[in-house]
Amino acid sequence: MADGGEAAQNNAANEQSPLVRFEAVTKRFGSVAAIESFSLDIAHGEFFALLGPSGCGKTTLLRMLAGFETPTEGRILLDREDIDAVQPHRRPVNMMFQNYALFPHLTVERNIGFGLRQENATRAEISERVTEMLALVRLQGFGRRRIDQLSGGQRQRVALARSLIKRPRVLLLDEPLAALDKKLRAETQFELMELQRRLGTTFVIVTHDQEEAMIVADRIAVMNHGRLMQVATPSEIYERPNSRWVADFIGEVTIVEGRISASGAMDSALGQLRVAGTSGAKSGGTVWLALRPEKIGMSGERPAGELNKVPGTISEIGYRGDISIYKVRLADRSLMKVALANVGVRGNARFKAGDLVWLSWPPDVGVVLDS
Amino acid sequence: MKRGASSFNIISAVLGLAFLYLPITILVIYSFNASRLVTIWGGWSLEWYRELLRDDAVLQAAWISLRVAVLSASAATVLGTLAAVALTRMGRFRGRLLFSGMVYAPLVIPEVITGLSLLLLFVALNADRGFWTIVIAHTTLTMCFVAVIVQSRLVSFDRSLEEAAMDLGCPPVKTFLTITLRLIAPAIAAGWMLAFSLSLDDLVIASFTTGPGATTLPIRIYSEVRLGVKPEINAVCTIMIAIVAVGTIAASLIAKSGTARRDRAALGAQV
Repeated sequence: MADGGEAAQNNAANEQSPLVRFEAVTKRFGSVAAIESFSLDIAHGEFFALLGPSGCGKTTLLRMLAGFETPTEGRILLDREDIDAVQPHRRPVNMMFQNYALFPHLTVERNIGFGLRQENATRAEISERVTEMLALVRLQGFGRRRIDQLSGGQRQRVALARSLIKRPRVLLLDEPLAALDKKLRAETQFELMELQRRLGTTFVIVTHDQEEAMIVADRIAVMNHGRLMQVATPSEIYERPNSRWVADFIGEVTIVEGRISASGAMDSALGQLRVAGTSGAKSGGTVWLALRPEKIGMSGERPAGELNKVPGTISEIGYRGDISIYKVRLADRSLMKVALANVGVRGNARFKAGDLVWLSWPPDVGVVLDS
Repeated sequence: MKRGASSFNIISAVLGLAFLYLPITILVIYSFNASRLVTIWGGWSLEWYRELLRDDAVLQAAWISLRVAVLSASAATVLGTLAAVALTRMGRFRGRLLFSGMVYAPLVIPEVITGLSLLLLFVALNADRGFWTIVIAHTTLTMCFVAVIVQSRLVSFDRSLEEAAMDLGCPPVKTFLTITLRLIAPAIAAGWMLAFSLSLDDLVIASFTTGPGATTLPIRIYSEVRLGVKPEINAVCTIMIAIVAVGTIAASLIAKSGTARRDRAALGAQV
């Protein structure tokens, strides 16, 4: 083969090979395993979220990527190179810390320029890049301020600028928005997304806030007890969770237990339910049907059409403004959650607690889970 | 309930302060006494301060005390800071409890015992007692105070600042020097000031470990007082009180405002 062809092939391989690869990584602290045989690929230019309840090991993963912890077993590859032996200060990876970790004895400018000063960049270069970063995070004119003269949101942006100034291969964000109030957090989520798209840098964010992960990330890895539960796009994780745990962790869900009958329907305490996507499931084994509250319809009379229909009594109503959550008691005494948008001026005032209602859903909106 | 100090509180505060400072106040006032007799007030005068400048023995002792205090405080600051770093940073290594107990023991061991054991050590080592043995003894005495002060600052030190520095490309040693030490510098300075003051007024340990030719100021004062109180001594003591007071106040001011002050300095340097 000609040299040119080989080079082109190498390039193609480079494009396709992941930027970050965890290979069967295990991390133990003493006898406690924080991460267990964890494997994951993160692609070039992705906005990737590590999501899980506190203590699930997501921050440990991030710290291993930054170099503050070393894997007990397994390897971490960055651009196909094992980075195990590379010390934190030599890794082409920068981190934005949860508490921002801004240097209190330095001004905003000197905080942002800190990374470049370590590389012995020239004064002119540093000052140019700092100005550029200040503009990027919309903090022009704040360069000479002390850190204690900034608001929480401004500190957050200084921390972001400081971690981006060295143009890292991967930007690690450890709960970057946790310290902001709700309104500011929502705005900042969109700013982060826009920034990531503009720079094209690979972002890896750690968060326990599933809503935040769904909004900002291209792909999400859901973790629990140091294990990877599922990795997929936000909509796939929400619409097609691979286990009861993931279905329950992400958003609201009602889970109905049952068995797949020979005809492909599901026998449950609510009667026979028509379901879709059971081709993989063995008939006879226990399965669970996961139903999202907003996909279930509710009406006073028995609806017509090819729907699953179950009767029940409204036991509780949670009014949230935009939607109301209804807890409906079914024939087998179990509760099913239904969410209805309050489209009318007075909400769905026609339903009140104690009403007899019919719940219905098309066969394909439920997800059949076998674990 | 009535806000502010009750009369009981005011009386206890006045009594307590009087108990602490009356003797010192009397000493300071009498150092300006024109009369040779220490018990009789003869009007204001700086006579004894002038007399002091002609007293070579006292001046020499003061010079020795100052040098001992500067050297031992500096050595104690280095050792105490290292001990504090080791105690807070090394995690739960074997014998950590024993080690921390050993660092703090000199805080509670009676000075007579510290002095005597150091004397026995120097005799056993066959070391010539004098200036350097006092420096070593004072370093031993004061380093635990430095360790306590620096450790209390390190415990509340946010380690993610160091991680952030390393993450941005700063090597570990440079991080320790430019971030950690820089941020705990007020505590280190306060520790040095305290060590300096402790060394300057120590009599017990110095008299155990001193030798010919190394008479510190407290030893000199003590031996002269035994022959009767001369008004000059009051003058010396007043000067010492002034130095120690300035040192202590400076230490607490540095500890309080050190960070803010340096921030402003950094800001000024940039402008």
